[in-house]
Amino acid sequence: MLLPEIYMLVFSVLFLFLSLGVRGKSLFVISRVLALGGVAVCLFSLNSNGLLFSGAYQIDGFSQIFKLILTAGLTLVIFMFNKDDEVENTPEFFMFLGFSTLGLTVLVSSVELISILISLEISSFSLYAIVPLRRTKTAGHLEAAIKYLFFGAISTGIVLYGMGYLYGMAHSTYLADIVAKLPLFIDRPLAILGLILTMSAFFFKLSLFPLHFWAPDIYEGASDTTTAFIATVPKVAAAALLIRLTMLAGLPTEQFAMLLMVLAAFSMTLGNLVGLVQEDIKRLVAYSGIAHAGYLMLGLLSFDKAGNAAIAYYITVYLVMNLALFYVLMLLSRNGENLKIADLGGLARRSPLVAFTLAAAAFSLAGIPPTGGFTGKFFLFITAFKAGYLEIVIIAAVNTVISVFYYLNLVRISYSRETKDNTPLKLAFSEKALCWLFSILIIVLGLLPLGFLDMLRQVM
Amino acid sequence: MLPYLTMNPFGFPVLSTTIFLPLLGVLFILFISSDRVIKITSLIATLLTLAVSTFLFANFDIKTPIFQFGENISWIAAYRINYTLGIDGISIMLVLLTTIIAPLAVLSSWKAIQVRVKEFMIAILVMETALIGVFCSLDFILFYFFWEAMLIPMYLLIAIWGGPNKDYASLKFFIYTLFGSVFLLVAIIALYLVNGSFSIPEAMFRDYSFQFQFWIFLAFGIAFAIKVPMFPFHTWLPAAHTEAPTVGSVFLASILLKMGTYGFMRFCLPIVPQASFYFAPLMIILSLIGIIYGGFVCLSQTDMKKLVAYSSVAHMGFVILGIFTFSIYGFVGALFQMLNHGITTGGLFLLVGIVYERTHSRQIHDNAGLGKIMPIYMFFFGLFAVSSFAFPGTNSFVGELYVLVGTFATNRIAGFFAIGGAVVAAAYMLKLLKQIAWGREDKRDIKDMSIREIIYMTPLAIFVLWVGLFPRPFVNIMEYTLVNLAMQLDKVSH
Repeated sequence: MLLPEIYMLVFSVLFLFLSLGVRGKSLFVISRVLALGGVAVCLFSLNSNGLLFSGAYQIDGFSQIFKLILTAGLTLVIFMFNKDDEVENTPEFFMFLGFSTLGLTVLVSSVELISILISLEISSFSLYAIVPLRRTKTAGHLEAAIKYLFFGAISTGIVLYGMGYLYGMAHSTYLADIVAKLPLFIDRPLAILGLILTMSAFFFKLSLFPLHFWAPDIYEGASDTTTAFIATVPKVAAAALLIRLTMLAGLPTEQFAMLLMVLAAFSMTLGNLVGLVQEDIKRLVAYSGIAHAGYLMLGLLSFDKAGNAAIAYYITVYLVMNLALFYVLMLLSRNGENLKIADLGGLARRSPLVAFTLAAAAFSLAGIPPTGGFTGKFFLFITAFKAGYLEIVIIAAVNTVISVFYYLNLVRISYSRETKDNTPLKLAFSEKALCWLFSILIIVLGLLPLGFLDMLRQVM
Repeated sequence: MLPYLTMNPFGFPVLSTTIFLPLLGVLFILFISSDRVIKITSLIATLLTLAVSTFLFANFDIKTPIFQFGENISWIAAYRINYTLGIDGISIMLVLLTTIIAPLAVLSSWKAIQVRVKEFMIAILVMETALIGVFCSLDFILFYFFWEAMLIPMYLLIAIWGGPNKDYASLKFFIYTLFGSVFLLVAIIALYLVNGSFSIPEAMFRDYSFQFQFWIFLAFGIAFAIKVPMFPFHTWLPAAHTEAPTVGSVFLASILLKMGTYGFMRFCLPIVPQASFYFAPLMIILSLIGIIYGGFVCLSQTDMKKLVAYSSVAHMGFVILGIFTFSIYGFVGALFQMLNHGITTGGLFLLVGIVYERTHSRQIHDNAGLGKIMPIYMFFFGLFAVSSFAFPGTNSFVGELYVLVGTFATNRIAGFFAIGGAVVAAAYMLKLLKQIAWGREDKRDIKDMSIREIIYMTPLAIFVLWVGLFPRPFVNIMEYTLVNLAMQLDKVSH
């Protein structure tokens, strides 16, 4: 039953040993094979069920499907990571990625406050460690590491505070008990405060307003692969936990929904407006991530299965389109420097495939059909509208238009700006294949959500 | 199976074939590296599409108002989204228009586009697929997919192959239209929540409350008015037209603008009829402003392409005017004007492109006095120019006459202003024609139209005269659908 978790543990420990000796290419091969094995294991245990550790650990369709998405995300990141010289101590880097994913897989199964906290910390501490591993010394990368640690620690503190309230009301740390008790208190500020504070750990991971401060600096300071991981995989687990926690509230309450709506509106608007003026692409992605965290909240408002499935769908699409964007950055920045938007100039000439991947990712992030970004956003809009929150749907729709400015800018520069340097990008077969995979995934998630969406709706 | 749809009687999904044939061409093009072969392949793909749409046209049952050649497959079952296709008398005309314009567009870019031919042809073919898809979709989400997907190739056409100010123009085009579209999406979701399905025909002629209709009309109206474009949402159009390459302008003028008026006819009238009646005075006033304002702006243009672009604003005003008379004459006229504008303005843009390839200027002065130098060109230019201001015997005359008859029958004052607009149209077009034909005396070294150019202008010219002299076959095709629409609206108004 615990196969995926055990596998991730073995994965990480193995790299701990490999760090003693193995260097170079073979490390990448091992990591890729092992990561694929992780996906296989998750697929294999997709249907397991059970309750472990006196009910603190629940294995069900919900947790298993998220474990699959998480390991798939990790695998994509590992396949994208192709430069020896990007980070120091490559084996340890893999180990920390593994530990972080382990923490996240445990997190999506945890149904008890203490285990939630512990697994959250397992995943976060590994990330604190890999942010400063960047080899290209920039002014910001140590600053980023420190900031991430501090903000992370503070958010943990906030969570503990919130969990204290929940415990105080329910006299239990089990979510099942809290679900039973919380509705009695739900109209009191105490319950809403406790719930929101507990959720803030995941708001932090998602970089939702007002816990978004860290994102731009950390994205800018960390190396590309690290950022690609931080910007995507932990967010998937965070979305999963938000779904679990909102279900605690049981019935939708006006104040709670209002609070989420305000956070969503601020997050979208702030992310998109500040995104407009960014020069550094990774900072831009950070602000776009803040905006996307806002869109995601639309699915929470409806407190039903359809809404939860919409969130899960959107976060999966988000994972794919963001990784696609990061992959383009990684292919372009050969010596680990951060790319400016202007550096994209002439990309369509240098490599049509990479430019197409970038365009697919950008249009998807902007939410233009036929990409997954549209379909996911559309599901979110429907659920929020159905729950009666037309205002937030309109705010989100207008925000979509604002965001198009800067996403389109990426496409525009790469397609229409001519540069002197027209040397074609030389891509290995595996790199081309990955570009195709990302483009196809983005379009398939847009056109044919059929099986995947149904599966998500079943397990919610 | 579905009451509003007769299923496709043929052994193959004929509408899907029409829609996806160009996309199949794209698949081939991806693996070709020679520019010449790419052009030939795209020409073949567009011609095959034209052949299939002619087949549709030939088998179209003109004696019924319901949708034909239907296809219906479940797409996203969780939200009851279906892949539903079907065409009626309104959409078949626009499908035909799209499939006629596409091969001509490919031919016209044979010489003009020398850089990045592959991407260019892919953009054209993807756009053709999206445009046909828009006119065939009977499911809101399917419609919205095509409606939005069209933006991407059009944006790239302007942003990559456009003129000096392309960044501004392409961005403005994209943002403007997307802004309208998101409200369309919100309205679609609202209709879904009331109807429980995304089917377009199922949403028609239901008893929605007036309040609901009011808001839906506004949301639809913004999206479509921007697309048409109606005054005061027209400012993206001249910018986009002037910067776009010739083919971009042709697609924009001939087909993209029709998506807006098609939207009014297909969605606003049948789905929210009471709100349409309520807003009709406003729409008529805006369309009249568009007609007259567009005309006067044309009078002062020195750039040929801008002049044609602004004349589009005026022409599309006639279409909106026809639609909001709610009379059968108005409808027939509006649909005719949609086709005519597609043919005539598309032709004018092609002609501007032809002369631009020779003189590299779009200024009227630089291209003046071509009568002696380019006699064949002058023949075509003269024909399309007189067609543009609805000279009797040309296609636009038929359309404008229908619109004016419909307008005078319902609203004399509006008709009076529309006539004024038509006179202004004659003024600016004759002024342009005079300049181009006789404006300069000096000899210049400019070659007349080549065989290839004559080949792609001739079908349009034939159409101009055919519709102008014998419009009956076209009226037959659209009649049942439009009469049915007018009757249904009549029922609602009582």
